[in-house]
Amino acid sequence: MSDQPIEQPQNVPGKVQKQVSLRFAKAWEITIKSIKIRLGRSLITAAGIALGIAFYSSVRAAGLFPSTAIGPEAIAAGHRQQWLAVMALMVCFVGIMNSMLMSVTERFKEIGTMKCLGALNRDIVMLFFLEAMMMGLTASFTGWLVGWLIVVVIHIFTGGFQPSFIAGSVMEMLLSTGIGVAITLMAAIPPAVRAAQMPPAIALRSSI
Amino acid sequence: MGSNEYVVRTKGLIKEFTMGEETLRALNGVDLDIRRGEYISIMGPSGSGKSTLFNAIGGLDKPTSGSVFINDVDMAQLDAAELAYLRCHTIGYIFQSYNLIPVMTALENVVLPTIFAGMPTDDGIERGIEMLNKVGLGHRLHHRPTELSGGQQQRVAIARSLANRPSIVLADEPTGNLDLKTGTEIIELLRELNRNEGVTIISATHDYKMVDVSDRVVWIRDGRIAKIEERADIDLKIGEMNVNE
Repeated sequence: MSDQPIEQPQNVPGKVQKQVSLRFAKAWEITIKSIKIRLGRSLITAAGIALGIAFYSSVRAAGLFPSTAIGPEAIAAGHRQQWLAVMALMVCFVGIMNSMLMSVTERFKEIGTMKCLGALNRDIVMLFFLEAMMMGLTASFTGWLVGWLIVVVIHIFTGGFQPSFIAGSVMEMLLSTGIGVAITLMAAIPPAVRAAQMPPAIALRSSI
Repeated sequence: MGSNEYVVRTKGLIKEFTMGEETLRALNGVDLDIRRGEYISIMGPSGSGKSTLFNAIGGLDKPTSGSVFINDVDMAQLDAAELAYLRCHTIGYIFQSYNLIPVMTALENVVLPTIFAGMPTDDGIERGIEMLNKVGLGHRLHHRPTELSGGQQQRVAIARSLANRPSIVLADEPTGNLDLKTGTEIIELLRELNRNEGVTIISATHDYKMVDVSDRVVWIRDGRIAKIEERADIDLKIGEMNVNE
């Protein structure tokens, strides 16, 4: 073995094979590992997403209860409710963007390294997509649950709880989770794509 | 062997960087032929263009003009997937700052390129353990980079660079962050792997300890090759060079 010249298919002059893409099962495994190992960091990012969504979902859930006010007061309350929901959405948008952007840009060097080791651009995007998807889904759902539970508990204690509230909540759950996942992906994918498309030398040089 | 004698060839390599309104020419027409199985050092002061040359040879950055041939394949003609294949199977990289993935253990770091190569998991792990044993880290398989010394991290990086049995290993200042003794050990390890595995080693460095083990030394100055010395010539001059340093 030792003094035998290295003869490999890629040493045939004029011919280079194409790199095959990472298999999904492997990418999934790497993603899970990456989240688990960085548990502290992942939890902080997830908390950022969850808090934003919790704020939004609590405002929305509060809106599901019929207002006790009547007449012009009810209209004013309705407007206030809408305004709060928009504000909540903006706050959670900025919060999620911030945590996800940070967690991707701080890994530019890692992306450069992976490209040196033979990763394709789409492998890298897939890894970050899976990670963002997983984080977005769990965190948004948790966030929705927290926000919703707070509102339900408050209304149970103040005696205003009605079973019909539960029915409207399913839509709210889908909406909140969907918005959370969408913002998470929107924040994570563009920088990951940008880093993947960079020549590895530049991704390796970048430092934050 | 014919044309296959050269594993890397560069022709009229030019690389320009734009800094604001100024254009800086980091490489200014580099023609270099590197033989298969050679241990070659690219020497020069910082800012001379050796890292730029390293990046161009390794396909990590595109030259402004000129070409790089790896095993007689013009790198500029390759698409992204072919370039990735080349980085995965034909070239191994070693960096000054090791560039290990911080959240992975030594073994996971070494196994990673085998995953990209599509090697079955068990084979990859077996290969990873074999390589870590070879660089003398068989007892540190499950340590994270932060739990390893600089020299040990560079050993992991060397094991990783060889995981897919490349024909070329590119090393950019591999001893730059290491003390004298550890640096010497790393250089000796590289030399040993060069002899035993037949892998071509191309090292960009300004570490004079490298000169001792190199088959050839390429001196770069201001983006050009100032001179190329064969080992026989270097032996005579080594004392003189140390004085100059």
